[in-house]
Amino acid sequence: MNDYLNQVAQQFISIAPAVNSWTLRLTSETSETVSVRQGVMQPVYNHQASGALLIVAIGNGSGYAATSDLSPVGLKHAARLASDWARRSSVLGLLKADDYPQPAGQGRYETPVKQRWHALPLDEKVALLQDANRALKIHDSIVDWSAYLGYGCDDVVFISSAGAHIEQRFHYIQPALSAVANQGSQTQYRSGGGHNGARQGGLEQLALLNFPGAATSLAEEAVALLSADECPQGIMDVVLAPSQMVLQIHESIGHPLELDRILGDERNYAGTSFVTQDMFGSYRYGSDLLNVTYDPGRPEQLASFAYDDEGTPARREYIIRNGILERPLGGATSQARTSMPGVANARQAVWYRPPIDRMANLNVEPGESRPEDMIASIEHGVYMETNRSWSIDDSRNKFQFGCELGRVIKNGELKGLVRNPNYRGISATFWRNLAAVGNEQSFDVLGVSNCGKGEPNQSIYVGHASPTCHFRNVDVFGGAA
Amino acid sequence: MQDYFYSLSDALFKKLDGDEQLLIGFSGEDSDFVRMNHNRIRQAGSVAQRTLSLDLIEGQRHAQASVELVGDSNQDLDNLAGTLKNLREQRALLPEDPYLNFSSTINDTEYHHDNEVIGSHDAVEQIVQAGGDLDLVGIFANGIQYNGFANSMGQRNWHSSANFNFDWSCYLATDKAVKSNYAGFDWQQDKLAAKMESIKHQLSILARPSKNVEPAGYRAYLAPSAVSEIIRMMAWGGFGMKSHRTKTTSLIRMLEQEQSLDKSISLREYHARGLAPIFTGSGFIKPDHVQLIRNGQYVDCLVSPRSAKEYDSVTNADYEYPGALDLAAGHLSSENTLKELDTGLCINNLWYLNYSDRNACQMTGMTRFACFWVEQGEIQAPVDVMRFDDSIYNLLGSNLLGLTEERELILDSSTYGQRSNSSMELPGLLVEELRLTL
Repeated sequence: MNDYLNQVAQQFISIAPAVNSWTLRLTSETSETVSVRQGVMQPVYNHQASGALLIVAIGNGSGYAATSDLSPVGLKHAARLASDWARRSSVLGLLKADDYPQPAGQGRYETPVKQRWHALPLDEKVALLQDANRALKIHDSIVDWSAYLGYGCDDVVFISSAGAHIEQRFHYIQPALSAVANQGSQTQYRSGGGHNGARQGGLEQLALLNFPGAATSLAEEAVALLSADECPQGIMDVVLAPSQMVLQIHESIGHPLELDRILGDERNYAGTSFVTQDMFGSYRYGSDLLNVTYDPGRPEQLASFAYDDEGTPARREYIIRNGILERPLGGATSQARTSMPGVANARQAVWYRPPIDRMANLNVEPGESRPEDMIASIEHGVYMETNRSWSIDDSRNKFQFGCELGRVIKNGELKGLVRNPNYRGISATFWRNLAAVGNEQSFDVLGVSNCGKGEPNQSIYVGHASPTCHFRNVDVFGGAA
Repeated sequence: MQDYFYSLSDALFKKLDGDEQLLIGFSGEDSDFVRMNHNRIRQAGSVAQRTLSLDLIEGQRHAQASVELVGDSNQDLDNLAGTLKNLREQRALLPEDPYLNFSSTINDTEYHHDNEVIGSHDAVEQIVQAGGDLDLVGIFANGIQYNGFANSMGQRNWHSSANFNFDWSCYLATDKAVKSNYAGFDWQQDKLAAKMESIKHQLSILARPSKNVEPAGYRAYLAPSAVSEIIRMMAWGGFGMKSHRTKTTSLIRMLEQEQSLDKSISLREYHARGLAPIFTGSGFIKPDHVQLIRNGQYVDCLVSPRSAKEYDSVTNADYEYPGALDLAAGHLSSENTLKELDTGLCINNLWYLNYSDRNACQMTGMTRFACFWVEQGEIQAPVDVMRFDDSIYNLLGSNLLGLTEERELILDSSTYGQRSNSSMELPGLLVEELRLTL
C-alpha cells in the first residue's frame, strides 16, 4: 500500500531492540486545504509529514520515542530513548508487564473512495468555493462568509514484535460553509455544509453533506436570526437535530465512558467520570429507547478502521443497550488493567503522540419515531440545531450547550425561529428523559474534528451518527438581556 | 539545529526561479513527556519534531506548505525540491491574493536559552519522591523548543529555549483535588518540595465535609489561575482586527454600545516578555506590546499581516490570538484576599468555559479542583463543583471590587501540536457577585 513505509518496517525488523516486546507505527500524512472568505481566495495550504512512534516494553515498564528520521540510524536512536524510558518506568511505573498488548494481527484497510480529491483540479475547486461565496452573500447584513474544502490522507503501517503487520490508508474530506449576519451589536452565525460533518471518502461526500447546496439557506437563517425572538426560558421539551446530538453524545456519553478516564489517567486534564467500573452491566444510563454503539464499520464515518493503534481488530459493539450500560470505551491496555471487555479505540491523533482511549465512532442507533410525530406530541418546547457552545464538568455530569438556531414548538407545531437557544442538565438524569428516537430518515452521520484529550495533548477526529431525538423536562434558556 | 535550518534555507533559495520570493519558517522541539497517575509513571517518551513551512511567492500569487524534516540534508532537500515544484504548479492555478503581506525590510534577531534545565529522568525521580503517598496525576514536559525564520531577501531569525513545565494535581477522593504547576528555566528541588507541602495543607482542608452551595449569586475571590480561564475566553476571537471588522468579536458591545469594563482593567499583549519568538512567520518584528484595553476602554486590536493589508493597518502580531497577555495589578493585598472576601467563595480554578451569549460576552463554565467556602475571612469547607454563567461586563465591570497587587506568571502547559510558549501574567480578582446556575 505504501512501499516506502513497508521498506522502513522491514529494515526496522532487522535492527529491532532486544526487549520484551515492541510496536512500531509508521505514518505518512498529507493534507491540503482550500478556502475562500468574503470572495477572496485564502492561501492554499499543503502539509506533508512522515514519522514513527516506537513503543517498547521492558519488565513492568514501557517507553516510547517519536522521530521523523526513519533511517536505521534514526530508528536505533529512537529505540535507545524508548528503552531508557521503559527501564525507568519498570522501576517507577504504574502498569505491569501483562498490561502491554502484544498484537499479532495482519490485515489491510482503505477508505472506499468514488471520486478522488485530485480528480477535481485546483482551479475548479476555487471556482466551486467562489460560487459558494456568492450564494452566501445574499444581503448587506451578511458581514462575513466563507467556504472551505479540506482533504487528508493518512498511510499507516503497524508492525510488532509478535508478528503484526497492518496496513491502513484513510482518506478524509472536510467541507464547510459559514455565514455571519450583523446588525448593531447583534451578530448571528450559521454554519453547515459539512461544518461538523467531516467524513472519510472522496468528493462524492460533498453532495451528501449538502455542500455547497446549503449556502443560501444558511445565510437566510443567519439574517432571520437577527430579528428573531430570544429563546424562551423554562422547563420544557426539546427536540435535538443530529447537528446538536453530536455534542450531546460526545460530552455526556462518550467521554464519561472512556476507560482511561475511569482509571484516573485524565484527572489532571480532561477530567474523571461519574461512571465507575461497577456500573457496567446494570446501570440505567438512559430510557429504554437509548441504544448506543461503537461502530467502526460505517466506511464514510470519521473513525472507521479495521485495527486501532494498538493493533486490536475493530468490531461493532453495543455500549448501551435499551438504556442499560454494557461496556466501556477502552482499548487493549485499559482492558488488561481492569479485566473488563472494551473496544478497539486506542488511537493516536498524530504520528508523534502515543495511543490512548478515544471515542472513535460512537453512535445513537435510530429508533422508530418520525420527526413530525415527535413535534406533534409536544405542547411546549424548542427544536434546536447545530451546536455552537459546549461545557461540562470534569466528571462529565453537569453540562450546558448552546445552539445556532432554535424553533419554538407550540401545540404540536413548529413555529418561528428563536435565537441563542441554550439548555443545561445533568448527564446522569438527562438521558433517562429521552422520550423518542428518530427513525432512519432523521439519521445523519457527522462527527467532531477537534476532540481534545491526553497529556501530552492530542486533538483527534471522532465520528458520531445520530437521529433526531426528543427529551422531556429540560432547563432551556436564551441569551443575556 | 540553527545551522541546519539556515543551510537548508540557503539551499532552497538557490532553487528559486526568476522573481520568486520564499518565506521559510521552522518550528521544532526535542522534548520528553512523562505522564503520571497515582504518583507513578503512566506513559513516558521522547519526541523529536522539525517542521519547515514554506510560502512560495511570485507577485501577488503564492501557495504554502509545511513539511516534516528528516534531518538528513540530502533527503530533506530532495523532498523540499518536490514541494517547491508542487507549490509552483498550484500557484499557477490560483488568483492573486490581495492581502498577501510580508516584511521586505531585513530584521535579523537571535535568542538562545539552550542549556538543559534538568535531566528528565532525574526530575521524575524527584517528583515521585516529593509526591510520596500523594495521589498525584499530571504531566512533566521538558526539553528544548526551536523557532526560526529566513527569507530570500536575506533575513534570519532564531529563537530557542530550553524549559520545563510540570502540571499536576493531587487527589483526595473523587473530584476533590488540588491543582499545581511548576514551570520555568531553573529547576529547583526545594521549590517543588514547597509546592508539595502547600498541596498537603490544602488537601487537609478538602478533607472537611463539603458545603452544599445552591445556585445563586455569591461574593467571590478568583485566583489568577481562575482568572486566566476567563481571559482566555475573551481572547477567543475577542481581540483580533478581523473579528472586530466582521463583528464577530465577543467584545462587540464595547465597540457598538460603548460598553466598558471597570477602570482598573488594563490589558495588553506583552510581546517583550520574550517567551515566544519576537518575529512572525512573515518576517515582521512584533512591537514590545499592544494595549488592548486601557482603564476599561477598548483601545487596539491584534493585527496579523493579512489584516494589516486588508484594513490598511500595521502588523503587530503573528496571529490574531494573544500569547503573552498582561493584566495590570490592582491594590488588594494578596495576603488579605480572604479577609477582603469576608464571606463567599474562594475559587482557585475554573474549567471548560464557553459562551452562553457571545454578543453579551456572557460565559459559562465550571469550578474545579480546590474551591472553598469562606466565612469572616476564614476557609470553612470545600464546595462541590458548580456551574457559573455570568458576563464579563459584570465580572470585570460593575461587580468588580478589586484586583490583587501581586500577580502570577502562568506558563501555558498545553501541548497540542507542540509545546506551547504562551503565557499570561495576571492578578486575582474580587467580585461582588458570581452567578452560579447548576
